[in-house]
Amino acid sequence: MIRRHLLTGVVIALLATRAEAELFAIRNAVVHTGGRAGTLTGATVVVRNGRIEAVGTDVLIPEGVTPIEAHGRPLTPGIIVAHSHLGLKEIDGVEETNDVASEQKRYSAGLDVADALNPRSALLPVNRIDGVTRAMSAPDAKKGGSLIAGQGAIISLAGSLAEGGNWIVKPRAAMFAALGEQGREIAGSRPAAFAAMREALEEARSGGLRLGDGLNGDAQLSPLDVEALKRVLNREMPMVLQVERASDILAALKLADDYGLQLIVSGGAEAHRVAAELASRSVPVLIDPSRNLPAHFETLHVRPDAPAVLAKAGVKFAFIDSDDKGSHNARNLRQLAGIAVANGMRHDDALAAITLKPAEILGLSNVLGSIEPGKIADLVLWDRDPLEVTSAPDRVWIEGREMPMVSRQTLLRDRYLKRLKAPPAK
Amino acid sequence: MIRFVCLCAVLLLAACGDRNPAAKPAADPFPSTYKPPESGAVLIRGATVLTGIDTRLDDTDVLLSDGKIASIGKALASGGATVIEAKGRYLTPGIIDVHSHLGVYPAPGVWATSDGNEATAPTTAEVWAEHSIWPQDPGFQAARAGGITTLQVLPGSANLIGGRGVVIKNVPAVSYQQMLFPDAKRSLKMACGENPKRVYGKNGGRSPATGMGNVAGYRAAFAKAASYRAKWDAWNDKKAGAAPDRDLGLETLAEVLRGNVLVQMHCYRADQMATMLDVAKEFGFKINAFHHAVEAYKIADLLAETQTCGALWADWWGFKLEAWDAINENIAIVDAARSDKGAGCAIVHSDDPNGIQRLNQEAAKALAAGRRAGLAISDEHAIAWLTANPAKALGIQEKTGTIETGKAADVVLWSGSPFSVYTRADLVWIDGALRLDRAHPDAEPDSDFMLGADVDEAAAAQFAAVPAAAAVIAVPEVPEAAAPTGDAP
Repeated sequence: MIRRHLLTGVVIALLATRAEAELFAIRNAVVHTGGRAGTLTGATVVVRNGRIEAVGTDVLIPEGVTPIEAHGRPLTPGIIVAHSHLGLKEIDGVEETNDVASEQKRYSAGLDVADALNPRSALLPVNRIDGVTRAMSAPDAKKGGSLIAGQGAIISLAGSLAEGGNWIVKPRAAMFAALGEQGREIAGSRPAAFAAMREALEEARSGGLRLGDGLNGDAQLSPLDVEALKRVLNREMPMVLQVERASDILAALKLADDYGLQLIVSGGAEAHRVAAELASRSVPVLIDPSRNLPAHFETLHVRPDAPAVLAKAGVKFAFIDSDDKGSHNARNLRQLAGIAVANGMRHDDALAAITLKPAEILGLSNVLGSIEPGKIADLVLWDRDPLEVTSAPDRVWIEGREMPMVSRQTLLRDRYLKRLKAPPAK
Repeated sequence: MIRFVCLCAVLLLAACGDRNPAAKPAADPFPSTYKPPESGAVLIRGATVLTGIDTRLDDTDVLLSDGKIASIGKALASGGATVIEAKGRYLTPGIIDVHSHLGVYPAPGVWATSDGNEATAPTTAEVWAEHSIWPQDPGFQAARAGGITTLQVLPGSANLIGGRGVVIKNVPAVSYQQMLFPDAKRSLKMACGENPKRVYGKNGGRSPATGMGNVAGYRAAFAKAASYRAKWDAWNDKKAGAAPDRDLGLETLAEVLRGNVLVQMHCYRADQMATMLDVAKEFGFKINAFHHAVEAYKIADLLAETQTCGALWADWWGFKLEAWDAINENIAIVDAARSDKGAGCAIVHSDDPNGIQRLNQEAAKALAAGRRAGLAISDEHAIAWLTANPAKALGIQEKTGTIETGKAADVVLWSGSPFSVYTRADLVWIDGALRLDRAHPDAEPDSDFMLGADVDEAAAAQFAAVPAAAAVIAVPEVPEAAAPTGDAP
């Protein structure tokens, strides 16, 4: 419990650096609070110094403040992407700009993506003008490289526009690794990947001595790896394991049981088949609700109504985009949530799966993920239903700062629309 | 071994019987065996009909009979047809995806099923994508649930000239011939840009290694094809003497020059497309559509002038440098362009087994982006991006792609507006036969591959009475030495 407070303390510290006092209010919005208050119609939200001060239908506009009129449009918390490479890669095919995976070592636990994140990535404006405000930027395990990929960081999509330039909200927020097909690709087989993971954890536990008495061979971990994995063993940092097949998820659960890991399952194509096991250990799942094809042998049983099965079993989950790991098109996370609704999920629950639930899973929910007094004001005012593919944000605030609705893409659009022979018929 | 020898003997005999049967190209060596099943007439009553020809017909009846759209109007008599009450629902032409790799890059995606790129030489005009199609790809069925009635399956884009693509009806089948769209022309898949020069130059140490190498490659191939065609045309004229030797690759390219095979070209950048339009002009062929074309908006006027379609994504971008300048308004801008030759031709394509299931949503995103940018686009206009325009790019517009009397009864009844994330295809007809009924998913056979996936679940009920503890007894004790020494909380 104390540790949890220490983690969120990083976020709170950022707020303390805020220089100017800022106060604004949004009135007459349909506020999807994501909190106990549910959805409030005709509601007012007051924001002071980047924090939500008040939310409700009977909230008074502070004196001297001209409220922003929402005209009954929806106001939601900013979208939180629980697994992405934002800030870590610009163009997949341009290797100079792609720092997602280490290719040198089997273990890169000591790797900290925060050392390489780029706040001026063109991907940030593209996604934030579509309502994405926070993301986990994660390293990837990779064939010919690392099984334990390293430590991801929580970022603000305000990037260089963040207050005081503090856009890396929480470095070393989670450890990323792979089992299953990806693990076997790196280690040679599934059990080899599992054994390699155990070896690393044992070695970290022994303070850097190889499994056994340390005489069986050289240590495989660097001191940085050991230090990082100790934090995982001490549950100061969750371990996000990429696993899909039901049996691989069970293997991950066993690893978590054996070492007391705070596990997060990413992928989880067959999580619905082991929902009870996940629920009994309170292990959350990052899942793509649009997947329905057996694209891999480890995803043969993937099904689009998996979220409903998980919800019924009491498994906590957040939505991720399994294709692009939510980077260039992290903005489409809300489409995935809409697809989940089309497959029978409640609208509020689907919205929560891209706002409050990822905040909870990433340990951010006491400052982010819902519109409640005291929380950071990451707000999106939409022109209509945020889960509908035809909607778009009118305005976006990150930590109470209004983001310019401009990206490299809108600039290109404006340049070429002017040159079109057929003039726009306004 | 004996069997192998026998087979050869049979082949030899056959060859001897007809002196040299393969010396000249058959009209179609792989003819369609597709036959829509017999189906009764269907009256879809009171739907909102988006016809694909820029019209929206509210509260309208559509009668499907003998595989065709028999009549469209108000209060049509059922005359014994099965009546579907469609009030509040939308009826559209069947969705056509001009860019799919279903069957050639199927699910599951493993080496054994990876059949989409003959990446052994930059020009492989002799290969046909259809010979790679695995009809059991579960993706076909999933696409049907998204309203896809017709699709073009293409070779991949590793090569400058990747081979022939094929147009198929999206019906369950055991052989691909049972899916072949009758009398549809084959296509030639070509590719610009980074892929060929990466596969051959960067990874293979051979030409093409550059953009200029790419263009030299297309030109060299078509220069050869032009003389090959001349030789064959001359021989066909008189049929005197021995027929020229056949070259399967040049045969495909000669068919392009004759207009019998339609060019579908993967190109991202505006400058590359402008270059290719000149190459096409030099050799006298037409590029039916540029595929992916994330920079099509930069040359929307040129595309309209040359009547070249843009087959595009709503919002994919950034995975390589040539996809860096994508904008959400690409489709709407290509659509909005006007020229003396006609209007722009915009198509929403997928190139993806997931995207193909929700092409309507992709169109909705493009439509909304266009409207926000100030372009006036109606729903009844935008539906053509998924239906009439792809039909035009595939040369099948006389047969399908619109809801007009006499056209194939390829139609989709949606639960609501197709331009919504919440809308689902309720009923899908292909040539008048009901091929998807969302309310009765079990009525449609699964892909063979999916059969038995849930065999344990089916049997599980029998074991329901067995206490769970019984299973635990079978697990041996883990020896102490090998046990994890977990002392975690």
